[in-house]
Amino acid sequence: MKYETQKVALPFFAVAMALFALQICFGLMAATVYVMPEFLSEAMPFHIMRMSHTNLLLVWLLIGFFGATYYLLPEEAETDLHSPTMAYIQLAIFAGAGAAALIGYQFGIHGGRHYLEQPVYVKILLTISFLMFLYNNTRTVMKGRRTSVSIVLLLGLWLAAIFWMFAFYEPDNLAQDKLWWWWIVHVWVEGVWELIMASILAYLLIKMTGVDREIIEKWLYVIVGLVLFSGLLGTGHHYYWLGTPGYWQPIGNIFSSMEVIPFFAMVMFAFYMFWKGSREHPNKAAMLWTLGCAVVSFFGAGVWGFMHTLSWINYYTHGTQITAAHGHLAFFGAYAMLNMAIITYAMPQIRRIQPYNQIMNMWSFWIMVGGMCFMTFTLTFAGVVQTHMQRVLGEDFMTVQGQLDLFFIMRLGSGSVVALGVILFLIAVFGPAREQLPAHVKGSGGNGSSQ
Amino acid sequence: MSEGLTRNAARNIFYGGSTIFFLIFAGLTIHTHIYMSTTSTNSEELDEAVIAGKEVWEEHSCINCHTIMGEGAYFGPELSNVWHRYGGRENPEAARAGIKGWMKAQPIEAPGRRQMPQFNLNEQELDHLVDFFKWVDGIDTHDWPPHKSG
Ligand code: HEM
Ligand SMILES: [Fe+2]
Repeated sequence: MKYETQKVALPFFAVAMALFALQICFGLMAATVYVMPEFLSEAMPFHIMRMSHTNLLLVWLLIGFFGATYYLLPEEAETDLHSPTMAYIQLAIFAGAGAAALIGYQFGIHGGRHYLEQPVYVKILLTISFLMFLYNNTRTVMKGRRTSVSIVLLLGLWLAAIFWMFAFYEPDNLAQDKLWWWWIVHVWVEGVWELIMASILAYLLIKMTGVDREIIEKWLYVIVGLVLFSGLLGTGHHYYWLGTPGYWQPIGNIFSSMEVIPFFAMVMFAFYMFWKGSREHPNKAAMLWTLGCAVVSFFGAGVWGFMHTLSWINYYTHGTQITAAHGHLAFFGAYAMLNMAIITYAMPQIRRIQPYNQIMNMWSFWIMVGGMCFMTFTLTFAGVVQTHMQRVLGEDFMTVQGQLDLFFIMRLGSGSVVALGVILFLIAVFGPAREQLPAHVKGSGGNGSSQ
Repeated sequence: MSEGLTRNAARNIFYGGSTIFFLIFAGLTIHTHIYMSTTSTNSEELDEAVIAGKEVWEEHSCINCHTIMGEGAYFGPELSNVWHRYGGRENPEAARAGIKGWMKAQPIEAPGRRQMPQFNLNEQELDHLVDFFKWVDGIDTHDWPPHKSG
């Protein structure tokens, strides 16, 4: 850590991780309802748990991106952050608005479009906070060195804020409502958020592998180009059955299939740089999360996305447990793991100690990833059975759900494993540090306790 | 990756290409928006009652248990064709009574069955909701869902 103001990232990371833990709690509760339908059915009906679960996800991911930006921008720009005070205020507004929304949900105060349930005043507060964030960081970059990493990162964040504006547009016509709803949801996760992802990965690879910046930044532009060339028109895969013209079927088929390419390119990119790199970075756990993020997002978003993206398949799988399987692994692999990669990388520097608790951190990696993969498999099997019985044979929804109990039990089990991984991660990152030095720092004698 | 490609060339391709793809995407979305008004949905029948029904739908966040046109949560059945499932295309009166009766009967406390809450909607709200479902059933979805079961 070269600049004092990079420290601003710490409260962002802490709040993000606290909300992550809370998100998992609501997820476990919702998964329990699938297994024991009477669970809390009076006190907290399923829809409240679900909106709390998804909203916490989005809010903590964004707060994590904010933290990542505050951490890496001063280093990229080679100057201190424009205004730390503004950063703290911005966090307070964002987290406060999120908390207000969450509490309101428990009392039935919410909107009715999924992921965008926040009351209007909360949406306005989130927007104000987001703009403060953008202003602060844009000022930082403007007074310092401009690198491709910081430009692409800021572009992704600015575009995320701009597309967020569609959250305020709610046409009365349900078809049109859904049409523009995807301009936020799809364009975020399969468009502008991937700019954020690629640039943070590029930063981590520059720092940890020591590969020449020029090469990494060229890759970065190629990847984000592939993202937007495929991802914008790839929105067509949501426009098959919404009262849309038929041309979205060929467009969606072609372009959304190509969305796999940038995810694959990110895997190639990460491993190529990892092998090419000369530097033996002591933070092995951060490298693991970085490579893992590229790989799991490729499977979750790329492979599991492609599985149901072709219109003649989507006709049968649309809105089944297949969608749930994909949504979970894609969000986790791409954006949750990205946050854990940058947090694992940054925390030792913020705490000004050598990388610490690496074994526990890597255990948390394998436990969390293992749990998420198992969950994805169970939901996929559930989805295949559901698709066949309900969409091919035409059986009644509730009858079919009755056949899926075993999968839902296993989903709850795998969710509990994920929760264990999260607890370990929190302890490893925020708990007392046991220094574990790599071989070349310690002198001879193997990699010590970090292997 | 081609050695010939420089970083600046990659950057220019990114900006230029993205702008073009964005413009195509925006153009097609706007065309689709118009197509929905003129062709694929019954805009003339999108009256106060249907809009009020959509508000009832949103106020209670039905979408966080059910899907509508395949989007939402996967806890309860698809509802874009619930009007059709209740036989509304043949017998609208019976379908209306049936859907309202369902809403009033919740929660069905059958042991081991997923529960739907009682939302205590009044007669007018229930009618609006049914009007909304009826309107949604009229959207041309290229024959999705594949079966009446949703
Ligand atoms: C990190 C990137 C991605 C994330 C976070 C993500 C997440 C999601 C989520 C949460 C949904 C459900 C939306 C809803 O509530 O209706 C969804 C739907 C979908 N995603 Fe992705 N996705 C990603 C990338 C992809 C990619 C690359 C593809 C295609 C290759 C894809 C294909 C689809 C399709 C076809 C659906 C609609 C499923 C249906 O018809 O029910 N996704 N995605
Ligand atoms: Fe998508």
